[in-house]
Amino acid sequence: MKQKRKERIDRGIKARSDDVFSLNSFREMLYVAVPPLAPVLLLILLPLVLPSYWQKVLISTCVFALLAMSWDFLVGVGMVSLGQALFFGVGAYIAGVSNKILGLPIWIDLPLATVLGGFICTVLLTPVLRLRGVYFSMVTLVLPLMLERIVEAAGIFGGTEGITGIKAFQNPFVESYVIVFVTLFALFAFRRLVTTDYGLVLKAIKDNDRAVMSVGINIYWMKAQALFIAGCVGSFCGAFLTHVYGFVGMPSFALDYSILPLSSAVVGGMGTFAGSFVGAFILVPLSEALRGIGGLRIVLYSFFLVFFIVALPEGIFHYIQRKYQQFERWVEVDK
Amino acid sequence: MSDQNNHQKDAGLILRVENLSKSFGGVKAVVSVSFDLYEGQLLGVIGPNGSGKTTLVNLITGFLKPDQGKIVYKGKEINGWAPYRIARIGIARTFQMIRPFAELPSFKNLIIPLYSPRVKALSGGKYGDLDAVAKDYLEEVGFERESAVTYKSAGSLPHGYLKRLELAKCLALRADLIILDELFSGLSIAELASIVPIIEKLISEGKTVIMIEHRLRELFRIADRVVVLNYGSVIAEGIPSEVMERPEVRKAYLGSE
Repeated sequence: MKQKRKERIDRGIKARSDDVFSLNSFREMLYVAVPPLAPVLLLILLPLVLPSYWQKVLISTCVFALLAMSWDFLVGVGMVSLGQALFFGVGAYIAGVSNKILGLPIWIDLPLATVLGGFICTVLLTPVLRLRGVYFSMVTLVLPLMLERIVEAAGIFGGTEGITGIKAFQNPFVESYVIVFVTLFALFAFRRLVTTDYGLVLKAIKDNDRAVMSVGINIYWMKAQALFIAGCVGSFCGAFLTHVYGFVGMPSFALDYSILPLSSAVVGGMGTFAGSFVGAFILVPLSEALRGIGGLRIVLYSFFLVFFIVALPEGIFHYIQRKYQQFERWVEVDK
Repeated sequence: MSDQNNHQKDAGLILRVENLSKSFGGVKAVVSVSFDLYEGQLLGVIGPNGSGKTTLVNLITGFLKPDQGKIVYKGKEINGWAPYRIARIGIARTFQMIRPFAELPSFKNLIIPLYSPRVKALSGGKYGDLDAVAKDYLEEVGFERESAVTYKSAGSLPHGYLKRLELAKCLALRADLIILDELFSGLSIAELASIVPIIEKLISEGKTVIMIEHRLRELFRIADRVVVLNYGSVIAEGIPSEVMERPEVRKAYLGSE
């Protein structure tokens, strides 16, 4: 009996370009150069052509892309965080307090909030580094909600009112390009980091933490470093948006900042960072575009989410990557 | 034994286990186990299933904390230390259930031990090109140089190669005491024939080895000494040919075969 079967075959250029670069035509060079250059060109051009409302959307898209990448990075080390809002909120409050109350200029408080925020988040999560799987996730889910209530109950940092009148960037272009460059930097830096020996060790912790421990590596110290890296990225997002809105308050710890990055990374494809990037650039503008239709927005948005997850469980990026690197054909085989 | 004699023997002592006990709830997994191990020896630990062999390994390597007793390695008391600290002073182990870093190519699996602070310290604080070093170690345990198997993802390796990969991890760590937890299980005669010389070479290089084993015939050929466990206690200790003759050992272990 004859049967049809789908075959996947690497494209000739892909097989060569994976390791050894012997590219012998302009077309082949484009094949290798276009994927990394496309997001760079896109992000550099977009702030020039978008109307001002969509520029704000671009900013929040980049912010969610960054949060999604930091989430993806933590997952790669075996820590499934449900609380990127923790990183976001801590960074936001540090930026707000140091700018408004201490009077530091933006160019000092932004890096300060990034590093200090990463540090504080790492310290907050250090006691639960030993927890694995869902137990770690639960703590990360609760922590931002707890901090939110502490701000409310203690009335510190403006309490329920928040802090207003935080300085904005000089002009919209500086604003856009700061976030664009940080997003691109994070994208390529993360993708590079996971291929280094250091990144390999982090990945190994997710695969089999006992085996990593048994060769003399302190996995808790490594996990703390990973948390610090992810925390810095998340805190930067918070600090940046604080300056965009001129406001910081309890909403900075909102669940949105935990859930949307997660869904971006899942829809886009986990473990690649480019997937988080692609996912955020689909979901965030989509949610903005649906604003016009009122109450049905959430229904449609959820429908899209379910559709992507069911139709493309591997993630959009993995799908595109596969199509780009391989061709498929049906062949007849004997059964 | 006279004091002087004791002192002389202590010179080569690498590991001393004293009255080690561990229980899980009501189950006594290890009950006051004691033994000494000297440099360059190969000690076999045998016993029926559930006799506490793997628990003993987990106690020595820090994955479990003993309820009682002492573990002294090269004069340092190490009971209660975290696993990574114990590995850093030169105790390496393999796992009974082998879970390699499945998505990584075989040679990349060795990057993890090569990245450890112990190897960094031993090689003068520099990491260098780990990939090349990793391939050297793989060749030592029988991965043919530049063959496809070195580059295949570890998850797709056949069982025999996985066992060798585990052994290579211990080599890469440059450990002085290597604990092999059922390394021989599931290997064919041909695979055994190629892996035994590697262990013999380790001993000739001055390493000390503890082997937890069920494959007695192969173990007895290379072991200097054997400790027999049953229900967590040591029921016999001595050179392999002697231990096999003891009635209590036959009853507990060999009799069941």
